[in-house]
Amino acid sequence: MDYIANILFVILLVLGIGYFTRNIRKVIRNIRLGRDIDRSDRKNERWKQMAKIALGQTKMVRRPIAGILHLIVYLGFIIINIEVLEIIIDGVFGTHRVFSFLGSTYNFLIGSFEILAFLVLITVVIFWIRRNIIRLKRFLSPEMKGWPKMDGNVILYFEVVLMLLFLIMNAADFKLQLLETPHYYDPAGVMGSFPISQFIKPQFDNMAVSTIILIERTAWWLHIIGILLFLNYLYFSKHLHIMLAFPNTFFADLNPQGSLDNLEAVTNEVMLMMDPEADPFAAPAEGSEDEEPAKFGASDVTDLNWAQLLNSYTCTECGRCTSECPANQTGKKLSPRKIMMDTRDRLQEVGDNIDKNGSFVDDGKQLLNDYITPEELWACTSCNACVEACPVSISPLSIIIDMRRYLVMEQSAAPTDLNNMMSNIENNGAPWPFNQMDRLNWKDEA
Amino acid sequence: MSEALNVPTMAEYMAAGKRPEVLFWVGCAGSFDDRAKKITKAFVKLLHKAKVDFAVLGTEESCTGDPAKRAGNEFLFQMQAVTNIEVLNAYEIKKVVTACPHCFNTLKNEYPALGGTYDVIHHTQFLKSLMEEGRLTVEGGQYKGKRITFHDPCYLGRANNVYEAPRELLRKLEVELTEMKRCKRNGLCCGAGGAQMFKEPEPGNKDVNVERTEDALETKPDIIAAGCPFCNTMMTDGVKSKEKEASIAVMDIAEMIANAQDL
Repeated sequence: MDYIANILFVILLVLGIGYFTRNIRKVIRNIRLGRDIDRSDRKNERWKQMAKIALGQTKMVRRPIAGILHLIVYLGFIIINIEVLEIIIDGVFGTHRVFSFLGSTYNFLIGSFEILAFLVLITVVIFWIRRNIIRLKRFLSPEMKGWPKMDGNVILYFEVVLMLLFLIMNAADFKLQLLETPHYYDPAGVMGSFPISQFIKPQFDNMAVSTIILIERTAWWLHIIGILLFLNYLYFSKHLHIMLAFPNTFFADLNPQGSLDNLEAVTNEVMLMMDPEADPFAAPAEGSEDEEPAKFGASDVTDLNWAQLLNSYTCTECGRCTSECPANQTGKKLSPRKIMMDTRDRLQEVGDNIDKNGSFVDDGKQLLNDYITPEELWACTSCNACVEACPVSISPLSIIIDMRRYLVMEQSAAPTDLNNMMSNIENNGAPWPFNQMDRLNWKDEA
Repeated sequence: MSEALNVPTMAEYMAAGKRPEVLFWVGCAGSFDDRAKKITKAFVKLLHKAKVDFAVLGTEESCTGDPAKRAGNEFLFQMQAVTNIEVLNAYEIKKVVTACPHCFNTLKNEYPALGGTYDVIHHTQFLKSLMEEGRLTVEGGQYKGKRITFHDPCYLGRANNVYEAPRELLRKLEVELTEMKRCKRNGLCCGAGGAQMFKEPEPGNKDVNVERTEDALETKPDIIAAGCPFCNTMMTDGVKSKEKEASIAVMDIAEMIANAQDL
């Protein structure tokens, strides 16, 4: 009977991690629905970029208040995970504070976890105030209504509960050690240091030992269950960035921001047109009649490349892109954050469709029009402010351009003014109706 | 009175069996837009002053394809690019200077993959190097002590990380350089990029150029300096919409340097 707790713990752990793994595999499968793109070059630069931007948070702190607050939660998250390792070992083997053999190092660690937990608590409260009382503009955009708003708050509640449980668990544990309770007490002295939870401890002063044990056990179990729930909540929330920020910064486009890719399918056509040797009546190459002609641009998520789809899952809806966007600031419908959220939501819909039907069954929907309207796409000035603002190297611009390509090259659906501009370029080599032969006239004009 | 400028073409150079030090890519705005033509002429005067051996393509130049590409017409862009590259490669062009950040970005970043690799620089970078080599003097003249703010063109700044060359030149003009609250990598677009120059804006509550002009006006400038013909148009319109055109000029840095020397 002694092992029931251990067995229960292992079952919980396996279920929690198992379900999470299953969902992460779906995320990876969905990302792979994207077109191929080579991001395996310049490895050194990529590692550096990831170390700087994801690990080092260099772009987060460009907005100092949010950046430093985020840094606290980020550090808290990473460092407190060392404690989770101990909790897991204790849970599986029924031990008590298994790392305490580290002595003073252990005391230092537990002490720092407590301080971090406390700082995280304060930070999370400030975050909540920013979202719900100060109501920062970027958290109030139309795309942040409903679930995305709730999602942002749920994460904060999770953090508060987890940190409180951690501190209550420590306070009760500390008290039990002092009361020389078997299993908790070590004759060598108190294990751990409790700079924060020592202030909770007096609450237990007049309680029976059995009650304190009950509180300690309850807090301990709820804490680890909470962590497993949090882990599994990630998949259903915007919070995948805590993992995906790393691959996303690694695989980000390393070219200068101004550089757009040249569509290869188009290059092939153009080269053929320019080649005087090409035979326009040549029979197609063996087997090529079965190939579908390449689609230009993107009307749905599967027309985007996997790096763009990875971008969409990485987005945590902070809205820095949208707050920097000149179109959005001047009241246009375009919001780069919405572009990312729409891409992710549509990708998730396509993924769920595949899960349900075995393979994708046409649902009569697509990213264009059903999620993102041409009005949003045409409002972009391609200024790269959104790309520059993103703390994790997401490029909403590349998706906007790919969707414009579809509108123009597959649907001839550009605004009339742009069609005029393009026919001018085509006919006389300038976006305005001036004759190419007049290009040097300026030199003789007064 | 104004005399015709001496602007040799690549065809003339080729016929004479000569190669210029640098090709000046004038661009569509620089060739056809009345405001931008003044920038082109000012830059040419500076090239002459610095005794730079340059040539232009003249009637052999065609749109780089930038607005077509950003509008989504990759096909038209590549047709333009491949045609231009054929011309540039036939003349064995090595170095290109342009006063248009859009041409600059496209030639520099998007032509290499299509077979056109050149050393491409923006005119502010070129003027700065001429100054450093002692070929061109840049000094205050009429702009000394004037309050000036520089508007970063997106395709020069964020797109290609060129922030210092234009500012260095302005400092040499001994102006009082004042920055807008949003500048350098945080600079706000003028509203012309991504082919917006050629269309009406989508419905909203303000025009982007007005928003940006307000940033500039906050610094109480005598002159708004620009480094892009499209930004120049947008900021000029913005200043007009605020009815400040009598007191605030929008000028390209090349024009300021040329004016300072009474060229």
